[in-house]
Amino acid sequence: MLSIKNLTAKIGDKQILNGINLEVKPGEVHAIMGPNGSGKSTLASVLAGREEYEVMAGEVDFLGKDLLALAPEDRAREGLFLAFQYPVEIPGVSTINFMKTALNQILEHRGQQPLDAVSFLKLMKEKMKLVEIDQSLLNRSLNEGFSGGEKKRNEIFQMAMLEPKLAILDETDSGLDIDALKIVANGVNKLRNKSNAVVVVTHYQRLLDYIVPDYVHVLYKGKIVKSGTKDLALELEAKGYDWIKDEVAIA
Amino acid sequence: MNVAVNEKNTTPEMVSQIQKSITQYPAQAYRKEALEAFQKLGLPENKSEEYKNTPITRLLQKNFVFDQPNAAAQKLDVKDFFIPGVEGNVIVVINGVFSEEHSVIVSPSSEITITNLGTAIAGQHPVAIAHLAKYADTAADAFTAWNTATWQSGVFIHVPKGKVVEKPIVIYHIHDTRGGQVITASRNLIVTELNSEVTIVEKFDSVGSGNHFSTLVTEVEVAENAGFNHYTIQNDAGNRYQVVTTNIHQERSSRVNTYTFTLSGKLVRNNLQLSIDGEGIESHMFGLYLVTGDTLADNHTVVDHRKANSFSNELYKGIMDGNSRGVFNGKIYVRPQAQKTNAFQANRNILMSDKATVNTKPQLEIWADDVKCSHGCTTGQLDEEALFYLQTRGIAKETARAMMLYAFAAEILENVKHAELKAYLDQLVSERLHKNF
Repeated sequence: MLSIKNLTAKIGDKQILNGINLEVKPGEVHAIMGPNGSGKSTLASVLAGREEYEVMAGEVDFLGKDLLALAPEDRAREGLFLAFQYPVEIPGVSTINFMKTALNQILEHRGQQPLDAVSFLKLMKEKMKLVEIDQSLLNRSLNEGFSGGEKKRNEIFQMAMLEPKLAILDETDSGLDIDALKIVANGVNKLRNKSNAVVVVTHYQRLLDYIVPDYVHVLYKGKIVKSGTKDLALELEAKGYDWIKDEVAIA
Repeated sequence: MNVAVNEKNTTPEMVSQIQKSITQYPAQAYRKEALEAFQKLGLPENKSEEYKNTPITRLLQKNFVFDQPNAAAQKLDVKDFFIPGVEGNVIVVINGVFSEEHSVIVSPSSEITITNLGTAIAGQHPVAIAHLAKYADTAADAFTAWNTATWQSGVFIHVPKGKVVEKPIVIYHIHDTRGGQVITASRNLIVTELNSEVTIVEKFDSVGSGNHFSTLVTEVEVAENAGFNHYTIQNDAGNRYQVVTTNIHQERSSRVNTYTFTLSGKLVRNNLQLSIDGEGIESHMFGLYLVTGDTLADNHTVVDHRKANSFSNELYKGIMDGNSRGVFNGKIYVRPQAQKTNAFQANRNILMSDKATVNTKPQLEIWADDVKCSHGCTTGQLDEEALFYLQTRGIAKETARAMMLYAFAAEILENVKHAELKAYLDQLVSERLHKNF
């Protein structure tokens, strides 16, 4: 589904990704962990198409398409979703109107009919239950004045609405208390199926108790330096990142 | 005298034109005084504080020939300019002159008097005589002085005690420049009595490719516990240069809502002045300037709190594209006796191009010590992070931009109370912002 080969990227003069290789297949959950500043969020941003980053080398194939050649909206229309680490507040734009526009542009891209108001509302109600989010929140300006937990739940609500093939969750767990974390993880788990995949970018192992990964990768200095199963996450939780840094230094 | 006038940046042709037009009218004392004020003030110089960002004198001298009669208006289909869906009293003012032929008054005469101001003054209408030239300050502004000295025609509205005028009065100011340049000075006088309510809409349009310069002075007396709503719609794609001055005098417990929408024009200068001359007054001033090309949109507002326990709120927002220029100057005065005043002001701007500019200046002068006042102004570009966020949900960049701009403008639109007018304005704004969602 997603095939990243030797991805190298910089922001300004600073090279942050130094040759990333990653294969994600349908039905899989991958966790990308690593110390602060290792390039985790940069990887998520480059995949979603953030303009500030310049890709210097490498390629990314997403469902047979050259992902890096697509505009951010086309990546989304092809089925990529990024849950933001810091969801943006947009005054005056309600989540409901925004989702309606997004969904209809995606449907149009796929040559499908836009949803009428009734079907849209029905779909929305269904997905709201999934992430335990209240409609009054969705009527308000997007993320404006939302708590941290509400913002992250709204991200998962949007994911539920758009039904992406590949979802990248960028530190979705940061700043959440355990109850909010469970709600978010539960939402993600309910959305999982054989044909979609999830990449979880996180600093903490905690989230992986609830979203259980098939593979865990450690990112350090812009490279994946170690890959393993969920046990690797537990090892990282117990021992910290220093031993990884030492291993890299020795190698 | 002409030499002195020259130093004041005013051409002899201009003064002679004004003197000529003045002789057509009975020698009313206020006109003479206004002419003297005009000669004393002269047209604003470049460094003039009130016009420093709006080179109006240079633009007038460059684009107009004074001492030349106006081109005659030709036959035109005024309905082309009517606001769809808005039913009410229709007043048409062509080249500054009240058109009896095109105006249709539907409200009963017991509810409201609507007539040509020139006729009302000539006929010695006691209310018109009592209020004319009472609120607009000729000593403060050259264009107000010019207008007061030379106005030819306009609209007089009188709402008697306790009358709630259901239907709005829509005034269409149309300039016909198919025969050449047009310069006009027209005047409105609106007098409301105790407990009355009225809504006035003014829309500015033109036909023809000639230049037109107009001054419009509107004086409004809002009586005790009366309500006054005033809409100004400036979306004239023609070569419009205009100075619109609105002086609103509010008595105790009165309510005023003003809405100023500026979408087109060469040079649009709006002077909106509220005199809060009573207790328990509530005033809201909303403005949206949504301009592109070489339009210069200048809003100067004054809220003068002269009595205690009143409330004023002002929100002006601008979106500037192309080479357009925006100017906002908001003065709030709180006089020593105006204790417990609440006065708020905000001006927010988005610049869509590198060449667009905005000059914004809040000016608060507060002499009372127990008041709540605030002001804020911001100018910036569209938030790139927010655009990216919308794009990552599958929304095209153009749509994302339109969504954000529309949301920005909607904060003004949602305050419009009149449903059909709101729909019309919403459509104007949506079209301008290429809203397609």
